[in-house]
Amino acid sequence: MASKAKGPKAVTANRLSDGVVVYLTPDDRWAETPDQADWAEHPQAQQALLERAQAFAGTTVVAPYLFAVQPQADGTPRPSHMKEVMRAKGPSVRPDLGKQAEWGKQAERGKQADWGKQAGSGRPAELADPGPGEER
Amino acid sequence: MYRYDEFDQAIVNDRVEQFREQVNRRLSGELSEDQFKPLRLMNGVYLQLHAYMLRIAIPYGTLSATQMRKLAHVARVYDKGYGHFTTRQNIQFNWPALKDIPDLLAELAEVEMHAIQTSGNCIRNVTADQYAGVAADEVEDPRVYAEIIRQWSTLHPEFSFLPRKFKVAVTGCREDRAAVAVHDVGLRMTRDEDGEPGFEVLVGGGQGRTPVIAKTIRAFLPKRHLLSYLEAVLRVYNQLGRRDNAFKARIKILVNSVGADEFARMVEREWRAMPDQELDLPDGELERIQAYFAPPTYADLPDDPPAYAAWRRHDPGFARWVQANVARHKQPGYAIVNVSLKPHGGAPGDATAEEMEAVAELADRFALGEIRVTHEQNLTLPDVRQEDLYQLWQELKHQGLATANVGLISDIIACPGLDYCSLANARSIPVAQRIQERFQDLDRQHDIGELKVKISGCINACGHHHVGHIGILGVDKKGEEFYQLTIGGSADENASLGEIVGKGFAYDEVVDAVETLVDAYLENRQTGEAFLETYRRLGAEPFREKLYAAD
Ligand code: HEM
Ligand code: SF4
Repeated sequence: MASKAKGPKAVTANRLSDGVVVYLTPDDRWAETPDQADWAEHPQAQQALLERAQAFAGTTVVAPYLFAVQPQADGTPRPSHMKEVMRAKGPSVRPDLGKQAEWGKQAERGKQADWGKQAGSGRPAELADPGPGEER
Repeated sequence: MYRYDEFDQAIVNDRVEQFREQVNRRLSGELSEDQFKPLRLMNGVYLQLHAYMLRIAIPYGTLSATQMRKLAHVARVYDKGYGHFTTRQNIQFNWPALKDIPDLLAELAEVEMHAIQTSGNCIRNVTADQYAGVAADEVEDPRVYAEIIRQWSTLHPEFSFLPRKFKVAVTGCREDRAAVAVHDVGLRMTRDEDGEPGFEVLVGGGQGRTPVIAKTIRAFLPKRHLLSYLEAVLRVYNQLGRRDNAFKARIKILVNSVGADEFARMVEREWRAMPDQELDLPDGELERIQAYFAPPTYADLPDDPPAYAAWRRHDPGFARWVQANVARHKQPGYAIVNVSLKPHGGAPGDATAEEMEAVAELADRFALGEIRVTHEQNLTLPDVRQEDLYQLWQELKHQGLATANVGLISDIIACPGLDYCSLANARSIPVAQRIQERFQDLDRQHDIGELKVKISGCINACGHHHVGHIGILGVDKKGEEFYQLTIGGSADENASLGEIVGKGFAYDEVVDAVETLVDAYLENRQTGEAFLETYRRLGAEPFREKLYAAD
């Protein structure tokens, strides 16, 4: 399910035991926030990243995949597209739930996410085709 | 209510222990995800955007207060304090940890609940009219037949691996609150010339990317042939349904490609070839199941007692709630109460653990301990004395559960959308919330009258947008959330699919567009005419004109 779109990517998955959204870090840990994620620019490096992640699919995570990120000035990646922003934070309609609930307390990003604006953060057309979904 | 026999209980208990084993083997790495996924799906466990999601069956939407309390307990202990009632009368939990799900299922089994037939290509949980057994104009209680179908289909060896999932709905009366026309098989109870009860059989309805209104393939089927006839339908489908393409595998595609008449003939042939009455309901069996659904002993009460009438006169808030949320009961002196799960600003269909407990308690005190889930994502208390309505309303109000909006513009069906669903193009819940906010004024809502708004976050149509009087579909336009509007859909006894009004709207425009459609209706309606009727009289043109006037 590697994404065909160009640009930097990181790997995410859900933790096997409890489903929590996680990201592969440069030192092969699984962090709960995307800013700690390892990311790569070139397709080959991205493939290598994905393979590193897949090595954990036995007992640690479920369904790892690459997703588009925008590296910030300090080099930490942030998800580019709405769906991954949603996974990184929690439901937009429940700011009290998911990871954003803790961020709110830390007031880390200075502002509580304005989800109305995030909507326009540009998802590539390919995502219109439901990505890693499963048969219902 | 139906009570498990030992056989049911044994199956459910076995399944829990089997799944516990499977989860352990997955957690230890003995099973790969590829091996485990079909197993977890057979037990209602999906992987969603943020976490696992568990879908629990509520057969024909009937719950006891005890079961509701257990759901509240599950919400509190295994989830984040709430659950989501779905359009198929089930409940979903959004955050359970895989490692805890076997314990969760074991707790559910204590109250005869499970997640069997909530996913996979099997005959899914059978849905029914939420007014079953109490509707004023009912032929028979449809849950009897829903239960018979459930027993026949649960773990049916031949039908556990159908080409695609298979959804059945049953209504006991002409009025259709179960959306039978958009199911793979819809059953509508009716009578023949001699007054004998039976079924009109509809086949091949569905939503998703190819919406279809089901066709009647048999105008009257005697009751006792129900299972043999259904078996024939499924055999034809099982043989001919397309397994090569998941998008074309639903029975609606087959019925469309061979034509309803030919399909009916094929079923008839299959049916007549069956050994004589092989699957007919044995004598005694129907009665046995009917006994579970026997009506409670009603008190002999007058209709419209004086105190009830007086409170309606003196308390306009109560009167408004009665008008929207209370329906006529078959028994004089009783009423059917709808509890709206669409408070303004909430997520349609969501209920907190506290709300579930409150409803359970009120059901025990006022409604003989029974609760129904509606496909419009509300709850129903089917047996309330009219003389208790005022007190019940006050207590519901105290719990924030007395929103007087059932059937009105803020009583919106919305799928989880991009807030929870990994297949979504766009968000659904916040669109519903913004519409509720725009039309906050209940007087205005009551003036607008019946108007069903239904929202799906992608073409899978879980939010029933095709059959919304106003339907809203989330699409992806160059990476932006965009919404396509349809009008004129309906899921009742005069079912129809909505037509697209024109080009779509951005997230920030869609609520204005809905309001414009409502304005067009208000300008054109005749006295007493509902939105859908105005559309059916005038067509889409006046709506289009107003909507795109500025272009
Ligand atoms: C959040 C996870 C969900 C996912 C990923 C999901 C996925 C799907 C998919 C893929 C379909 C299309 C199936 C097909 O065309 O064969 C579908 C149909 C449907 N879903 Fe969901 N669904 C979800 C939740 C829900 C919820 C919460 C409801 C109720 C509000 C619901 C009710 C339905 C209904 C009524 C259909 C239409 C069935 C038909 O095609 O006739 N789903 N869903
Ligand atoms: S309609 Fe689409 S977005 Fe909504 S729940 Fe179904 S699959 Fe998800």
